[in-house]
Amino acid sequence: MFEITTTRHNPLVDPVLSVWSWEIPVYLFLGGMIAGMMVLGGLNMLRILKGERPEGFFSVQTPVLGFVMLNLGMGALFLDLAHKLYVYRVYMAFEPTSPMSWGSWVLILVFPVLILSALIRLPEAWPWLGDRVPALRGWSEAILARPGLVRALAWLNVLLGIGLGIYTGILLSTMVARPLWNSAILGPLFLVSGLSAAAAMVHLVSSLVPGHPAPRSFLGGALAMLVQPLGATPPEPRTAVSLVRADLAFLAIELVLIGLLFIGLASSSASHVAAIDLLTSGKYATVFWWGVIVAGILVPLVLQALELGHRIPHTVIPALLVLAGGFALRWVMVGAGQASHMIAATGM
Amino acid sequence: MPRFGMVIDTLKCVGCMDCVVACQTENDVPQGFCRDWIVTETRGEFPTLSLEIRSERCNHCDNPPCVTCCPTGASHVEDFGKTVQVTANACIGCKACISACPYGARFVHPKGYTDKCTFCLHRVKEGKDPACVSVCPTHCMVFGDLDDPKSAVSQLLNSRKHRTLLPEAGTKPRVFYLS
Repeated sequence: MFEITTTRHNPLVDPVLSVWSWEIPVYLFLGGMIAGMMVLGGLNMLRILKGERPEGFFSVQTPVLGFVMLNLGMGALFLDLAHKLYVYRVYMAFEPTSPMSWGSWVLILVFPVLILSALIRLPEAWPWLGDRVPALRGWSEAILARPGLVRALAWLNVLLGIGLGIYTGILLSTMVARPLWNSAILGPLFLVSGLSAAAAMVHLVSSLVPGHPAPRSFLGGALAMLVQPLGATPPEPRTAVSLVRADLAFLAIELVLIGLLFIGLASSSASHVAAIDLLTSGKYATVFWWGVIVAGILVPLVLQALELGHRIPHTVIPALLVLAGGFALRWVMVGAGQASHMIAATGM
Repeated sequence: MPRFGMVIDTLKCVGCMDCVVACQTENDVPQGFCRDWIVTETRGEFPTLSLEIRSERCNHCDNPPCVTCCPTGASHVEDFGKTVQVTANACIGCKACISACPYGARFVHPKGYTDKCTFCLHRVKEGKDPACVSVCPTHCMVFGDLDDPKSAVSQLLNSRKHRTLLPEAGTKPRVFYLS
């Protein structure tokens, strides 16, 4: 017999750590997706420099969508804070050993880069605003007329996107107290999952209402700005094909990284081995295996491979599944990770 | 500069919880929360059972993960005594430190900031023992400077078999248990 009793009864700590609720998975998912959109958008922004027209490219659409989603994600993060009035203290210090401090400062840099990137498309995507603030058109043209600025913006998108996408995983992985998180795989896993969600999201929004001019009304224009590809003609088929191809690669890499995560846990300490149980049995197991692995990775992998082989028509179903799977991954990892704990190697 | 630590003799501790009540009273710990607590470990098969009772709290680690993960510096190592403290009005309530602590020593105070054992630094600065140590009826707890070879804690650690909790976490705890 080995029995432990404790008189400790602190809320959100006992019996199982649960200090992070829905807000953190929502932020991790949105942040990861925005990060992926910045990387994909930045890489494609470079195509503008090769003389291709900017209108139809998702590279100039994603910053607007990313900016709006970033505000939603930051809102979720703010809701999670228990000492909200003191949130400004994050920006009165830089703590080099704290991944959260790094992430906070990366977020501060992400905002202006997204706004500048969004300005390239904003007056055309939202004519109502473009008509009322003529300066926007001037700024848009000024940015496009400076290849050096577009190139700098493109690379800033790529680099900050990688930083934003990877820091959340590093943040969790540095916690020795949570064996499920305590793996260097987590940073790359969250980054690749974010890239996959980004490819799915861009694919989704570019498929919704293509080939229509932007509505001139206030609300219609604002909504269309987020989800409607620009231009009188739909995005070129190769845009969708390249997104599906990219997502195939991201999903395959994600699957490999999850496999490596399991190998790492299974071959580590007793605490790490015990953490595997949280993903193989109990309340997180169903969501992990059916939600993340089957519906979120395997099914979209097969469907998108069939789409590329012209065996089935293109649909938005794989994109929707990838997005749901991406959120499920964050939800499972945040919940199960908090439940994982160290097991004492030595007795009394 | 001292480096404070605590030595707790599990052979003397009877789990009376005087230390818990003294801490709650001294530090005005909100109802329903505790900064220190009693753990009872039972091993073996009846009738050959062995029992260990421990008074646990923040270990004021030499390598504190709660401090390295804090984004604002609210969780910090205090110069005086090298204890781990939280500056309430610098804490944003992100709860990273609570997740990072292998000992479950921290909690969210109802006012929003992270709270935990301070080793009663306000008492120690006045030359007194922490509240929990001062009330222990079996004198199982000893507090003092680990860097002073003449201190009671150093002498106990030199003469008695001891261990810390979860040493494999690499946190280098400064609460030692004699057995």
